[in-house]
Amino acid sequence: MYNFEFVKPSSIDEAVAALGEDEAQALGGGQTLIPTLKQRLARPARLVSLSGIAEMKGVGAEGGVLTIGGGTSHATVAAEAAGSYPALAALAGNIGDPAVRNRGTIGGSLANNDPSACYPAAALGSGATIVTNAREIAADDFFKGMFTTALEEGEIITAVRFPVPQAANYQKFEQPASRFALVGVFVARGGDGVRVAVTGASEEGVFRWSEAEAALASDFSTGAIEGLSVPADGMIADLHGSKAYRAHLVGVLTRRAVSAAS
Amino acid sequence: MPKDSGIGASDKRREDVRFLTGTGNYTDDINMAGQAYVHFLRSDVAHGRINGIDTAAAEAMPGVVRIFTGADFEAVGGIPCGWQVTDRHGNPMQEPRHPVLAHGKVRHVGDPIAAVVAETLAQARDAAEAIKLDIEDLPAVVDMKAALEDGAPKVHDDLTSNLCYDWGFVEDNKDAVDQAIRSAAHVTTLDLVNNRLIANPMEPRVAIGAFDRASGESTLYTTSQNPHVIRLLMGAFVLGIPEHKLRVVSPDVGGGFGSKIFHYAEEAFCTFAAKAINRPVKWTATRSEAFMSDAHGRDHVTRIELALDGDNNFTAIRTETLANMGAYLSTFAPSVPTYLHGTLMAGCYKTPNIYVNVKAVFTNTVPVDAYRGAGRPEASYQLERVIDKAARELGVDPIALRRQNFITEFPYATPVAVEYDTGDYNATMDTLEKIADFGGFAARRAASEKAGKLRGLGINCYIEACGIAPSSLVGQLGARAGLYESATVRVNATGGLVVMTGSHSHGQGHETTFPQVIAEMIGIDAGMVEIVHGDTSKVPMGLGTYGSRSLAVGGSAMVRATEKIIAKAKKIAAHLMEASDADIELKDGAFSVAGTDKSVAWGDVCLAAYVPHNYPLEELEPGLEETAFYDPSNFTYPAGAYACEVEVDPETGQVTIERFCAADDFGNVVNPMIVDGQVHGGIGQGIGQALLEACAYDEDGQLLSASYMDYAMPRAGDVPFYKVDHSSSTPCTHNPLGVKGCGEAGAIGSPPAVVNAVIDALQSGGSKVTHIDMPLSPSRVWAAMQA
Repeated sequence: MYNFEFVKPSSIDEAVAALGEDEAQALGGGQTLIPTLKQRLARPARLVSLSGIAEMKGVGAEGGVLTIGGGTSHATVAAEAAGSYPALAALAGNIGDPAVRNRGTIGGSLANNDPSACYPAAALGSGATIVTNAREIAADDFFKGMFTTALEEGEIITAVRFPVPQAANYQKFEQPASRFALVGVFVARGGDGVRVAVTGASEEGVFRWSEAEAALASDFSTGAIEGLSVPADGMIADLHGSKAYRAHLVGVLTRRAVSAAS
Repeated sequence: MPKDSGIGASDKRREDVRFLTGTGNYTDDINMAGQAYVHFLRSDVAHGRINGIDTAAAEAMPGVVRIFTGADFEAVGGIPCGWQVTDRHGNPMQEPRHPVLAHGKVRHVGDPIAAVVAETLAQARDAAEAIKLDIEDLPAVVDMKAALEDGAPKVHDDLTSNLCYDWGFVEDNKDAVDQAIRSAAHVTTLDLVNNRLIANPMEPRVAIGAFDRASGESTLYTTSQNPHVIRLLMGAFVLGIPEHKLRVVSPDVGGGFGSKIFHYAEEAFCTFAAKAINRPVKWTATRSEAFMSDAHGRDHVTRIELALDGDNNFTAIRTETLANMGAYLSTFAPSVPTYLHGTLMAGCYKTPNIYVNVKAVFTNTVPVDAYRGAGRPEASYQLERVIDKAARELGVDPIALRRQNFITEFPYATPVAVEYDTGDYNATMDTLEKIADFGGFAARRAASEKAGKLRGLGINCYIEACGIAPSSLVGQLGARAGLYESATVRVNATGGLVVMTGSHSHGQGHETTFPQVIAEMIGIDAGMVEIVHGDTSKVPMGLGTYGSRSLAVGGSAMVRATEKIIAKAKKIAAHLMEASDADIELKDGAFSVAGTDKSVAWGDVCLAAYVPHNYPLEELEPGLEETAFYDPSNFTYPAGAYACEVEVDPETGQVTIERFCAADDFGNVVNPMIVDGQVHGGIGQGIGQALLEACAYDEDGQLLSASYMDYAMPRAGDVPFYKVDHSSSTPCTHNPLGVKGCGEAGAIGSPPAVVNAVIDALQSGGSKVTHIDMPLSPSRVWAAMQA
């Protein structure tokens, strides 16, 4: 780790100001950033911790929308969203290990947009709205490929709004070493139809499987997507699975998610 | 009936009090006044020529004490290899120089190039980044077959090729084996890979060097399974420090699995640098460094052929193996694919003709050496896999085929140069059948199938050679060291005992089990015995802990020393009771005169030895302290039968272990609870190898599995509750305790059982798959099912 300045503002305004300085970097729960710093793979001049900002924490449900503060830990979501959005709570409760869940935050995970992270699938699959200090961004417009998002320099995710679907389920097939999603599929059926979001699989990061969505919109059953598959081209290939294997898992997990949500 | 004290009692591990409460004393817990910290600048390329190392800017950085490079070590020796293999043609293996810091070339990712010693670790790391390296990339060789091709890049320019040795065992068997295979009724052939592993002990390696200018004595604190061996290798071969001026201390060691047997460059560096700068120098490996500098394990590529006659009797076994040595020869690397592997190729079976060929190969990868089981898991894996394949080809029951070919008479001289002293393989199989409920398998399979899963049952009958070993034998085989063990037993005036043993626990529980043996011998409470180990200044000599040798060899030395103690104590007791030595009996901590009611307590005899007011001074010296060295006459041969049941999800290829049963013959057992724990840990590690762990390099020699993000360690959820049983026992015939060793058994016995079970499951679902190379990860199993 290199030396850096550390500031811990207590309001969003102070955090935005602090992030306006040169080479400032926001720090959520630090579950990705801290290991990166320890490896000396990043060298921010100033870390702006978001963990002291009370207005960015908490889970609230109102009018069929679940709003989660950007600084809310996975463990809190797992506990507090269990009644209002069980599929999301289950997803949060299965991220990493207890240490990760108690430190890591939803805002940090979405801003990082790791191609194997779980939350991007939930946000995209739910048709969530990413709320920042400056604007609101639809999930469909937020994810821009591996580790890339629509966030501007210094922009902070202050909250995420999830419309609660009628039925939803997340299926995660774990990479054996990291226990990130080798492939994860989030299926949600709501008033506007069905959304199927896939994480872990694509070189472009989280994506919607529109073919499956269309088939499921008219018939929300595993039979509707039997025989559908995503092309292996464009899938990730690594030590833990080939392109073809990941493409295959997308089909398997989608069927399992539909079955579990039916 | 389980005993409640002494040999056979499940005493709780006394060392766990400190391990579980954070009060252990590990090497990294040691901090010395004025210590400086070293950071190693390591190669990020697999193969390159060092054209220049410019340290000028780095030397000027804050806190830098001194920067060392390979040039500083020109006057000292290289890291030595402790075993010389002679090849098929009678020539010694090719043995490259292994400099402390890279000199001329770098040969693997992680090879240390420069060492920055600074006031703080952060300053050392900062300065290392300011070192300007001029390294010319050279093509790397990673694949063993490619490394042996003509014109392949040479890892060592001064050797004739990348071939370390071409070994045949037993060379004289070759023609008979070839003939037996030609004339066999059936030959089963299997090509397989024994996957490369990284040991990953919980405690990374640490070294602290210190130098006392007044006495001229160097001290090395290090995370070692055998501090005396480090003293010998480093003192005599690297730094030229005589043993009386060099002390090596290994305090609590947090796991090793073999990887802490070897003498590493960082140890020599810290000892050398401490003298050079006259300050203690400390190094603590990061986990990333451990991945690229701890010796790796396994990495064999093998073809095995099993020949059978028309009645399914095994008639011959022939194997050809490529064994990866990595870039340099680690301490015991040459012995692992040869004498720890070829000698075990008979397994539990009376196969009359066996020939083993091993070509050891240099590649641009981290050195490979012993890892839990070391050679024996590789032998058991190929043999038990090919037997399973043969049973399927012949349509016979795999257990019946094994039973038919078991060795049943002992001692048994194998065609691969060892003699099994004792064993009963049918008895361990009987035990397995009892605990594994094979009768219920069909119903369990039906239930799995109903849930959309495939269920498979896999068997393995392993044998291993432990308690290494007779020095005379290993000497003939190329060992440059003896393999005895020593113990000093010191009795204090008030009757307590201290045992200074050359064995050195790195998790095995010696502090608990060794006292149980003495408690049994004398008839006192085990709490009266304390173990001292891990310090060359306190223990006379030691060869350390590996190869499941501690109790069989170290424990035997302790028994011999204790026998001397008892013999002398009897003489003292005879004097005190005015009786003849020959009439003295020791029982329950008291000496008595046979046939009388005269008796004197253990403590009173001990006190008399140190307060010799009434003492036969003309015949006996005062005091009660004895040393013994024990060199066994043979290896010990633990064996067992394992059964694994798996479920495979045919949609994803995910394998889960549903049941695992182990019936082992360890001879006599001192502490059943600790033995259970050793077996549990070994099976867990074997399941890790079978399903999860894979050390992978890309073709340029970059380590792809360089962290826990990509190297999959087994976790609690990956393993089932085990059923283990070691009631089937044929005590070792040649050591005083009748013990065989249990530390490696689980890691040897479990991988073939797991893989056999997965193949059984897949075939039950109609797949024609006959083999999948480990680890049987979901993606590999799925891919095999698509073929």
